[in-house]
Amino acid sequence: MLTFVGRRLLQLIPTLFFVSVIIFSLQHLLPGDPALVMAGEERDPAAIEQIRQHYHLDRPLPVQYVYWVKAALSGDLGESMRLKEPVLSLILKKLPVTITLASMAIVIALVIGLGAGIVSAVKKDTVWDYAANVFALWGISTPNFWLGIMLIFLFSVKLGWLPASGYVPLTEDWRMSLATMVMPAFVLGNAIAAILMRHTRSAMLHVLESDYIRTARAKGLLEHSVIFKHALRNALTPVITLGALEFGTLLSGAVLTEQIFAVPGFGKLIVDAVFNRDYAVVQGVVLVTATAYMTLNLLADMAYILVNPRLRG
Amino acid sequence: MAEAALTATAGAASAESVETPTARAIRRFKRRKGALIALAVIAIFVGAAILAPLISPYDPELQTWTAVRKAPSALHWFGTDDVGRDVLSRVIFGARASLLAGVISVAIALLVGVPVGLISGYLGGFIDASFSRIADALLACPFLILAIAFAAFLGPSLGNAMIAIGITTTPIFFRLTRAQVMAVKVEDYVEAARAVGNPHWRIALLHILPNILPALLVQATLSVAAAIIAEAALSFLGLGQQPPAPSWGSMLNAAQRFLVNAPWMAIWPGLAIFLTVLSFNLVGDGLRDALDPRSR
Repeated sequence: MLTFVGRRLLQLIPTLFFVSVIIFSLQHLLPGDPALVMAGEERDPAAIEQIRQHYHLDRPLPVQYVYWVKAALSGDLGESMRLKEPVLSLILKKLPVTITLASMAIVIALVIGLGAGIVSAVKKDTVWDYAANVFALWGISTPNFWLGIMLIFLFSVKLGWLPASGYVPLTEDWRMSLATMVMPAFVLGNAIAAILMRHTRSAMLHVLESDYIRTARAKGLLEHSVIFKHALRNALTPVITLGALEFGTLLSGAVLTEQIFAVPGFGKLIVDAVFNRDYAVVQGVVLVTATAYMTLNLLADMAYILVNPRLRG
Repeated sequence: MAEAALTATAGAASAESVETPTARAIRRFKRRKGALIALAVIAIFVGAAILAPLISPYDPELQTWTAVRKAPSALHWFGTDDVGRDVLSRVIFGARASLLAGVISVAIALLVGVPVGLISGYLGGFIDASFSRIADALLACPFLILAIAFAAFLGPSLGNAMIAIGITTTPIFFRLTRAQVMAVKVEDYVEAARAVGNPHWRIALLHILPNILPALLVQATLSVAAAIIAEAALSFLGLGQQPPAPSWGSMLNAAQRFLVNAPWMAIWPGLAIFLTVLSFNLVGDGLRDALDPRSR
């Protein structure tokens, strides 16, 4: 296990290096003088010169990169031009909101995705199976920003049941918090539920054909005991690890969902930064998401090894 | 009677034996009604995009201040928007932006990802390791977040959105091509081609590439669906097609502010995205089954 973790950590180093190169290169995609573009409305030559000095834009590219990586490694991701605040502290402020939203979305995705996947596999080739497959196709094909708008139209505009937008922290008023988060969480969880459903169905179908399931049935065990205690437990291993890889979908989805429902999280931070040409924030958000994504992939791989004794070697 | 049955069986067997892989795939694909209907829907959208100037009832950019936010009627089948433009005409013209973005961004990804994957998988070693790490790095950044970052730095426009989506889709094709090449290059027919003295480029292009095309075709179809959603998302955020040119994503963005008085502004462009993406996903699934050698 330790050898595996060590090997995976070593593999992460070149990947992280290329991630940092890609993110660093972004600012050089800016048309014209990056210092001038980054200054935005600010036309004061002294301010532009300060930006050039701060980002070492007057130095050769490799030197600029080394300065940028050194600063990033010490937690300095630059400063927001608009909010005049360090990028890292901005991200850390917004992160709890996105984590709350993402956690609720994962719960919704697990309940719908696992439920539909199990029913679909157990009732293979019945109307339930077809319905679950239609749901999966619908979930994968529906743009979540359209689903969000349609839910606002139905539940806020027409029925008046839920607030159309906003965010209330759980600690402040849990009822209001749930009311504001249920629609964004459903929108975010919907696409992942569809993917989880497909994984669960295929894993369950594979497991249900195994000899030990036939043995369990031959012993006279109740069907629900065969499905939940014997089949599901074994089918869940690949589902959970594959599900963890959907973290990227979750983060991408959060950008749009937070924008539609005006949830002040991580996703809204990057969109606002794009519109305000706050490039350091854009770079910071991409760097943090990529690092988080790689860490989660590593944890998913480790979990897979932990729960699958045959791979421990 | 028995003789006739035998002849029929022999005829069927010989027809089966001469059936080319392409003919077999088409026969299997035709059996999937969902995929066929989806193909027809795609054809309708493509036709509408090409013939947009001929079939649109109005100019998609024509603002009519006397017809602001009018509900669907005989004059305006899908209603009008906040500045009196005909929503149906904008949906028809919007198909151009979405389909073009879907196809061009996947073409960019194919043009870069396939040759690099071919070289990487065929040669292996340091070149393979380097390209693989770059692909890992691109895949480590969530798709839409990276596309937003590229589009933000390149500047908001439909062309830049296509480049951004193309760059972020490239590692998927690189990975697929590389994996397929690694599986195929140890096959006997590739060994035979090498044994008779074929140069590397000829083996890669004429012996390996044709055998990995089915997998690439399936992935390309599914990627067009993802690219259409990504373009709509970027346009929705204001990073794709710029106003007043119509695109389904930017129409949804504008519709958000008028949900109470003009919900039709949000319904039709969203439905168009949904139908197109669903159709590409269904065709992709159909192609996967039709091209799978294990399926009967």
